[in-house]
Amino acid sequence: MNVLTDANAASRVASPPQGVVAEGIGKRYGEKWALRDVDLDVPAGTVLGLLGHNGAGKTTAIRILTTLAVPSAGSARVAGLDVVADAAGVRRRIGMAGQYATVDGLLSARRNLEMVGRLYHLPRRQARERAEELLARLGLADVADGLVRTFSGGMRRRLDLAASLMGEPPVLFLDEPTTGLDPQGRNDLWALLRELVDAGTTLVLTTQYLEEADRLADTIMVLDRGRTVATGPPAELKARVGGERIAVTLAAEDGLVSASSALEAFADGKSSVERDLLRVTVPVRTGTRLIEVVRALDGAGVEALDVHRREATLDDVFLAVTGVEAVRGQSDADESDAEVAGR
Amino acid sequence: MSAHRQPDAIGLAGRLRWQVSDSLVLARRNVAHVRQIPEKLIDATIQPLMFVLLFAYVFGGAIHVAGGGYREYLLGGILVQTLTFGIIGPATSIATDLTEGIVDRFRSLPMSRSAFLLGHLISDLAAAMLALAIMIVSGLIVGWRLHGDIPHTLAGLALLVLFAFAMLWVGMLLGLLARTPDAVTGVAFVVIFPLTFIANTFVPVGGLPAGLRDVAEYNPMSAVAAAVRTLFGNPTALPADPAWPLRHPVLSALCWCAIALAIVVPLTIRRYRARTTG
Repeated sequence: MNVLTDANAASRVASPPQGVVAEGIGKRYGEKWALRDVDLDVPAGTVLGLLGHNGAGKTTAIRILTTLAVPSAGSARVAGLDVVADAAGVRRRIGMAGQYATVDGLLSARRNLEMVGRLYHLPRRQARERAEELLARLGLADVADGLVRTFSGGMRRRLDLAASLMGEPPVLFLDEPTTGLDPQGRNDLWALLRELVDAGTTLVLTTQYLEEADRLADTIMVLDRGRTVATGPPAELKARVGGERIAVTLAAEDGLVSASSALEAFADGKSSVERDLLRVTVPVRTGTRLIEVVRALDGAGVEALDVHRREATLDDVFLAVTGVEAVRGQSDADESDAEVAGR
Repeated sequence: MSAHRQPDAIGLAGRLRWQVSDSLVLARRNVAHVRQIPEKLIDATIQPLMFVLLFAYVFGGAIHVAGGGYREYLLGGILVQTLTFGIIGPATSIATDLTEGIVDRFRSLPMSRSAFLLGHLISDLAAAMLALAIMIVSGLIVGWRLHGDIPHTLAGLALLVLFAFAMLWVGMLLGLLARTPDAVTGVAFVVIFPLTFIANTFVPVGGLPAGLRDVAEYNPMSAVAAAVRTLFGNPTALPADPAWPLRHPVLSALCWCAIALAIVVPLTIRRYRARTTG
């Protein structure tokens, strides 16, 4: 069960723990900066969560740190080695799972892992054993000899993650690792990552979900259009953002004002009004009881169609740290198109 | 347990050892693909057999070659054409890999950078050798014979391997230049068909109209086919006053291969670096 942990403990001895440090890294594709002036400091054995929408620059940051892209500005060190000057040394010490599963569809899951193990320069027998362990650990033992082309999205993600762990890397980079996983798969993955980090692995992951960053990260960095807009421990970020939200959807527009003032009593920050959706959302103190909110609204004569409580989201983070609504618009495709064009 | 983590300073010998090992790992991957898509081997197996049989039995009766039967003449040409079709194999597999995420995986690993290309080269060279063997056997069955002594025969085989090697590099370059795997097949056919037909591959050049005959006489394919025929002791069916390359077919064939490699190899390496550097 704890093969992963033991292996990592051993590799820590072999290479002294050093995390990820970056100073002013940026990447320009043509005229457009996909990433600009980003500083990172991830001590060994800790987790950095890069939080942002599609096109925020998360993938670009991961590509620079995994030596797949050369930074247009700044410098970065991973496990103590420069990502440009000593790219080969960095590659010996990292594992990477990209946003698009980077596995070979025409091989079985087992052969994929054995191939990756051999390319990490493991002896054949060790590659075979490690593949076997990881297939079991990631719940792929039953489909180990199945052709990857026939795998579901979630299975491919898990195999991709297994591939990234073949070399027992002291530093692990995961680009939106839970995208495409079902809730059970996501919980399993979180548990596995926790285990790796407890054993000393340094982890940099990207996510669009505040909840995920909160669950896993020691430090969260919020990226928006290539720049850092906030950074700090999750607790600090959540203190700025507030935890829970109560959202009230009204029957008619004239209720917006009275609803806002009725909600004031529970508010733990600025409320936001979405006029077109007839919705008022307000951050509330933890422990606020929904029934009291409903009573207050009723008492104010507000005709509400729906009242519900929800966790803070990335959009709430943006609203809290930048004061403006998040800019979406740029899709993943835009970011990767820019990258392909830049090649 | 972590004794495997390769040290950073491994020296030249160590690097070479890993380069060979990594290339073989990737070559084995390409061979494993054939098990999933057996059609990939059609180029190397059924196609050469089909050409030998079609030309021997369908065109054979209509084309007259001085100094021996048409089948004796034919095989040199078919060998050259089939090995030229070998461009398509590496071109499509490299173009396919580049459109999928797998190259990112390879690039994030501590493997030798050149192993990706060398792996394709090794597996496709093996496929070309298979095609060569099938053509020689099927040629012998339809009545083609080797008339040269052993050194000449071996030299002929060596020339074919060199030619196949050069064509695979052309294929790798095409794969790196192509935007999509589908584009490869289209481009390859448009180039390969005129190149291998406006030559002495299937008909003696003496019968061609004046302008076309000049093209055919200076076509590298003609030089290679004539060289193979010369070394195997088959009829070359040269016209009375052949152009210089056909008067010295072996030397010209070697020169053409050397020129092709001297141009294509550096371009391929440069293009590969450009496509895999972010």
